[in-house]
Amino acid sequence: MRTAFIEELIRLAEEDERIWLVCGDLGYSVLETFSNRFPRRYLNAGVAEQNMTGVAAGLALMGKTVFTYSIANFPVMRCLEQIRNDVCYHNLNVKVVAVGGGLAYGSHGYTHHGVEDLAVMSAMPNISVVAPGDPVEARAVTRIVASRPGPAYIRLGKAGEPVVHSKEIDVRYGKAIILREGNDLTLISIGGMLANTVCAADKLAEAGYSVRVVSMPFAVPLDDAVIQAAAVETGVILTVEEHGFGGLGTAVGESIARSGHAVTFVPLRLGRTPIKTSGTQEQLRALYGLSTEAIVSSAENAYLHCASTSQRSEK
Amino acid sequence: MSQTIDELRHLANRLRADAVHMVHRSRASHLGSCLSMADIVACLYWNTLRVNPKQPDAHNRDRFILSKGHAAAIIYAALAERGFFPVSELETYCEFGSRLTGHITSGVPGVELSSGSLGHGLPVGCGIALAGKREESSFRTVVLCSDGELDEGSNWEAVLFAPQHELDNLLLIVDYNKVQSFGRVKEVLDLDPLADKFRAFRWAAREVDGHNMQQLVDTFAAIPFEPNKPSVVIAHTIKGKGVSFMEDDLAWHYKSPTAEQVECALQELEGVA
Repeated sequence: MRTAFIEELIRLAEEDERIWLVCGDLGYSVLETFSNRFPRRYLNAGVAEQNMTGVAAGLALMGKTVFTYSIANFPVMRCLEQIRNDVCYHNLNVKVVAVGGGLAYGSHGYTHHGVEDLAVMSAMPNISVVAPGDPVEARAVTRIVASRPGPAYIRLGKAGEPVVHSKEIDVRYGKAIILREGNDLTLISIGGMLANTVCAADKLAEAGYSVRVVSMPFAVPLDDAVIQAAAVETGVILTVEEHGFGGLGTAVGESIARSGHAVTFVPLRLGRTPIKTSGTQEQLRALYGLSTEAIVSSAENAYLHCASTSQRSEK
Repeated sequence: MSQTIDELRHLANRLRADAVHMVHRSRASHLGSCLSMADIVACLYWNTLRVNPKQPDAHNRDRFILSKGHAAAIIYAALAERGFFPVSELETYCEFGSRLTGHITSGVPGVELSSGSLGHGLPVGCGIALAGKREESSFRTVVLCSDGELDEGSNWEAVLFAPQHELDNLLLIVDYNKVQSFGRVKEVLDLDPLADKFRAFRWAAREVDGHNMQQLVDTFAAIPFEPNKPSVVIAHTIKGKGVSFMEDDLAWHYKSPTAEQVECALQELEGVA
């Protein structure tokens, strides 16, 4: 995803001279293409995220569209107050980009796991919160947030994520992408969980389920219409995210509750207990039921629960 | 602007008097912090800064950022007296619905940045100054911070950053009144030798008496002090300066003056002016 992002950013910077890229001393072998091409619109702010974000706000006050870039939590947590006060409350054109979101840095330890970012960013005013599901979505959302004034947060994966969207997709600001229609249940995924979600949907389809698959790259603003349609038309909704409380599941749960629709809802996400062990991204996902197999079995259980509940209510 | 030194002194005391009124009326606080920087603020707005109240957003204006946002009252007073908005609006300070909040908030003509949590002004100022450098614009960026807020690590990140990028269009003024929120700077986290610290970080540093108007005028007129280096002025000041019973007293970081105290304060300020 990071290659897709930087390629798209270079394209955008060619069209729009306001675009700047500011990194926190990270981006080796990724950002050089940008810095070589646009040295006067590139900045390595050093290992100093608070100043990096303040500088980005200052540049944005001068009319620039500034992308800050670092890995996992680093561009978010250390400089959270700069994001809140300087960027979000001033509604400035700063786009915070975290590469390696979720559990992408699996074996590096929990300091490198970005698993609270969606909650924290979603609590801020004015900001759009985006986690693309594959490199195709990463390109599209980069273009969308660059062209839209105001703050944004983009959680990217790292490198080598599979391309899920084999055909061209129409990504719009704040809109979900429906990959497949279905009537039995809906799987809604955010960020890098899209590939596992689609695999799980394949297996469920083989088992005879009619599965709706939704990629929800925008946590903020949330596509309530797609959620509510799923609640009415499928009866079972599962959200899938590499994140703890306060992310997609929490937001979708609130959306469903507001709508008043009765639906079986299961948020699949990380738990409260921190992951302190080493492992690959997939191994760590599996600890919290986010493997393809676990998504399948959670979906089947949810469907059975829904069916038995509706049978009971019919009696 | 072509005020004489005496006129600038008089203006500084008028700003002090405005701040006393505002803080009294609203039962707000941070009066000591306002009074210590009154002379600096008068010098900036009536002598140093190239700003135009009729065009507060002019692209090539000098940018002034108050980083010690708790001293908002005296900046609002300066902006109003300078013509950015009506002086009568100062009466709404801290009232329901007023844009003049207790910590400085953007949206008020002439205010570049909201602040209140400390350690934000200098990084943002660095970003503005960097844009100015790369655009080859001639405006200057001036950040005014407190001594206590130099405890914040974010400032030292920016102190490293500014010389690295040769931001000689940036001036940092430290209102060094030696008293922070809950004690004397020396007893909380001693900053001395402060000018040497900045010099070691490759800033061009000067120390001034922050209540000597002639020194302030001459010093601010000399920026950048050295080519390709950011400038810092360590302004030695007295918290509560100008009102004898408020001077060098931590309590006036918090207290709001009574009607009687306001009267005494105004007498002293008029006497000086």
